[in-house]
Amino acid sequence: MSVIRLTVNGRAHTVDVDPTTPLLYVLSDDLELRGPKFGCGLGQCGACTVILKGEAVRSCSIPVQSVAGTEITTLEGLGSPENPHPIQQSFIDGQAMQCGFCISGVIMTAKALLDRTPNATEAQIRQALANVLCRCGANLRMIAAIKRYQQQRQAGVPSARTERAGAGERRTA
Amino acid sequence: MSSLLTPDARAALSRREFVKRSGALVVAFSAARFATDLGLAPGSVSAQGINGVGSPNLDSWIAVGADGRVTAYTGKCELGTGLYTAQLQLVAEELSVPIDRVTLIQCDTSMTPDQGTTSGAQSHPSNFNHANLALACATAREAFVQMASKRLGVPIEQLAAADGAVAVRGDPSRRVPYGDLLGGNTFNLQLNPKARRKPASEWTVLGTSVPRVDFPAIATGRFEYVHNVRVPGMLHGRVVRPPAIGATLVQVDEGSVQGMPGLVKVVVRKNFVGVVADKPWQAEQAARRLKVEWTAGTPLPDQRTFHQHLRSQTATRDALSVDSGDVDTMLAGAATVLRSTYMHPYQMHASVGTACAVADVQGTRATIWSATQAVWPLRNTAATLLGLKPQEVRIIFRMGSGCYGVNGADTVSYDAALLSQAVGRPVRVSLSRRDEMSWENYGPAYIIEQRVGLDPGGTIVAWDYEGWSLSLGGRPGYNAPGNVVSGRLAGFQPQGVQPRSPAPAPTGALDNGSNTVPSYCTGAIGGSSRGTGTVRSERVLSHVVLSPFFTGPLRSPARLQNTFAHESFMDEIAAAVKADPVEYRLRHLRDPRLREVVTAAAAKAGWDRRPSPRNGNGSRRSGVAAGRGMACVLYEGDNGYCALVAEVEVNLSTGLVTVRRSVAAMDCGPVSNPDGARNQMEGGIIHGISRALREEVTWSGDRVTSVDWRTYRPWFLGDPVPVIETVLVNRPDAEAMGAGETTVTVTAAAIGNAIFDATGARVRQSPFTPERVKAALEART
Ligand code: FES
Ligand code: FES
Repeated sequence: MSVIRLTVNGRAHTVDVDPTTPLLYVLSDDLELRGPKFGCGLGQCGACTVILKGEAVRSCSIPVQSVAGTEITTLEGLGSPENPHPIQQSFIDGQAMQCGFCISGVIMTAKALLDRTPNATEAQIRQALANVLCRCGANLRMIAAIKRYQQQRQAGVPSARTERAGAGERRTA
Repeated sequence: MSSLLTPDARAALSRREFVKRSGALVVAFSAARFATDLGLAPGSVSAQGINGVGSPNLDSWIAVGADGRVTAYTGKCELGTGLYTAQLQLVAEELSVPIDRVTLIQCDTSMTPDQGTTSGAQSHPSNFNHANLALACATAREAFVQMASKRLGVPIEQLAAADGAVAVRGDPSRRVPYGDLLGGNTFNLQLNPKARRKPASEWTVLGTSVPRVDFPAIATGRFEYVHNVRVPGMLHGRVVRPPAIGATLVQVDEGSVQGMPGLVKVVVRKNFVGVVADKPWQAEQAARRLKVEWTAGTPLPDQRTFHQHLRSQTATRDALSVDSGDVDTMLAGAATVLRSTYMHPYQMHASVGTACAVADVQGTRATIWSATQAVWPLRNTAATLLGLKPQEVRIIFRMGSGCYGVNGADTVSYDAALLSQAVGRPVRVSLSRRDEMSWENYGPAYIIEQRVGLDPGGTIVAWDYEGWSLSLGGRPGYNAPGNVVSGRLAGFQPQGVQPRSPAPAPTGALDNGSNTVPSYCTGAIGGSSRGTGTVRSERVLSHVVLSPFFTGPLRSPARLQNTFAHESFMDEIAAAVKADPVEYRLRHLRDPRLREVVTAAAAKAGWDRRPSPRNGNGSRRSGVAAGRGMACVLYEGDNGYCALVAEVEVNLSTGLVTVRRSVAAMDCGPVSNPDGARNQMEGGIIHGISRALREEVTWSGDRVTSVDWRTYRPWFLGDPVPVIETVLVNRPDAEAMGAGETTVTVTAAAIGNAIFDATGARVRQSPFTPERVKAALEART
């Protein structure tokens, strides 16, 4: 066991765990976060995706010790039910899921891509999601929701969330 | 709303406490009282059907607080299909209250009525017609009108219910809210079978696309899935499954994990092995390290020749769905006889999240948080497993990853219960991907042989179906925990197959629940013809043999496999007589609603009338051939009409099939939520494409080899999806039917038919992998 400091969704945490524990287990069991999910533990499905330094990362496949001190964002770090992030809002507006178990993988992967490549083509979006699984088959609605969000971004629709993100961090830090 | 949807599991509220907290009235409602209400001795196991026994008491379904808030109790749960929201709509509509004043409690054995199992597309018919939740709401609304009539001294004809109150028609100032009428009391009424449902023409909430109330919480990571249930003092368990089918436990070397950090206990019960530790990672490591010796497995039949093996089994259980008695004569006298054999693989549920459950078993009290489709049946089987009485067990439903049938939800509930009982503390178990995929209850393989006789004009005069499939275990129901792997490992026998040959003659009326009888047959038994077609000479004989793997309902169980065979064969027949596949179907269909969805899908797709295959196709230059195919079904013989047109492209050199467009028409009676229905239709199509083109359980030697997302690869988000168009045929005054499993049932056949249209090659074995398509292309004459 060792003491590891983590910054998750702008909030500092100290956990005392086996340093080889997969990040996902620490997030969902020690910190009781509900965004990242266990799908395979093998890096094959995306359900556990979080954003680390702007990259979509599969938290089931990295040991917690390797991310000590790095800012980690989970699905709940983007927005709340009352105030969803625009990409989350786009999924809600488009009713773009069914059971929703896959949603962390879909939203976090798409968000990381569009943050990096705002003008990503549909082919690039599909490429980024090539190893994300939605077994309910909400595929079409999900791609549409991502594109709607992308168009809003491109049109410069002001995102209330970006401004509020700072406030959120202060509140929870 | 989200806090109501995801009540904190830790609180584990009793119904009494919940109702108190939610401001609705207090209903004394213990499990024992429930049993008496139901006319059952406490703990008795009755042979309930899929829909349970319900409850005749209005108070079991609806409570209205003095503040006018409505709490409804349902035994049909949200599985990701939108049923929670649709049931809120139903309650709001039928009771005439605003939807945000309704709280819905789903599937908790200490709070909700026993509605058996949420499955088989039965929720819509069961709760949205003239019984159960719908009838309870109608009964309550009429009761309120009567109470208001007394209170106001106005005859009921002059009163109307709206917005949570009853008011005098034309004089809205004379109005009494429901909360005042009931004054925080119970109804003390029975469901009134004569209570009138609101006519669909008056609906303002039901029948509209109310957005899913759970999506904001889900999309923002706040929703409590069963995976997120946390209980104070909770430990983490991990199971150690046998390495091979048929392997049994020789011994466990507990010393191999001695002193591992966090380890609480190694648990062994018959062939069930698991470990419990403080943290999930510790449990996982201990399970990996634990030295367990197993006997050798049982060699499995060679997968390459499995269907022939299946076809040659003699210890079969035979059933005749229909038999007009003259099929052999008619075939002998027919102008033409056509025959074909279709094969379908084992496939798996393959939920995105592996199954998970939390159990708290201490002495004679057990609580299990489970994503089971069947809280009441699970209560009984978990009690059996734990040696408790059913009333000592409480099952609380929490949604899991979409299940599509019996995935691992029951299995893991037993795992958690066994481990928790062994340590006397709450234990959470989440299966590994390999454990889930190696041992789940697969949808069974099929081999189906069919023959038809045609008259000189090319019309079908006789249809002969003979099919073989497999079974082992299945839904545990109320009394068979051995039907899933963990129960079997713990010493309970799975339901096997009792051979029975020859099959008894069909009696009663046609039951086409598994869609064994093709849509084109009359389904005539004992003077009634409940089939949808015109072919009078008909025989449908099914054989079931013991499966080496566990089997169980998988989205459109048996219906998909049978429909694949019927609808592909129908297409072959149309091609043989050079008829347009749509026209030829209509020639043999008499059910007007099935005809209508066929016509509607064809019209929407812009179907070009001509026989298949398409002439001069397979443009050799581009190397890609395009074609279209149709398939249709009346799901379960009475539970949802659907027709689908698929347009595909076939790469002639690689055999790769791409579905470009998919047009589906569905009639499931009154549409409760149009967007929700469309979401189901779309999901069913993608799921259907995945199963038709890719999915196949594989094995070798004595074990399953499709154990992760590389070896069992469904349709991922990067894979090409077709343009999907949906037509909803709304029938407000018809009975509500199932909507969640119709498109998936017809997709494989429509794609196979489109491949044939494009290329002239018929692929008779699913999935249509590039290798199989190439082989069929090469086999063309
Ligand atoms: S759970 Fe991490 S990729 Fe599947
Ligand atoms: S919505 Fe169920 S897995 Fe994607």
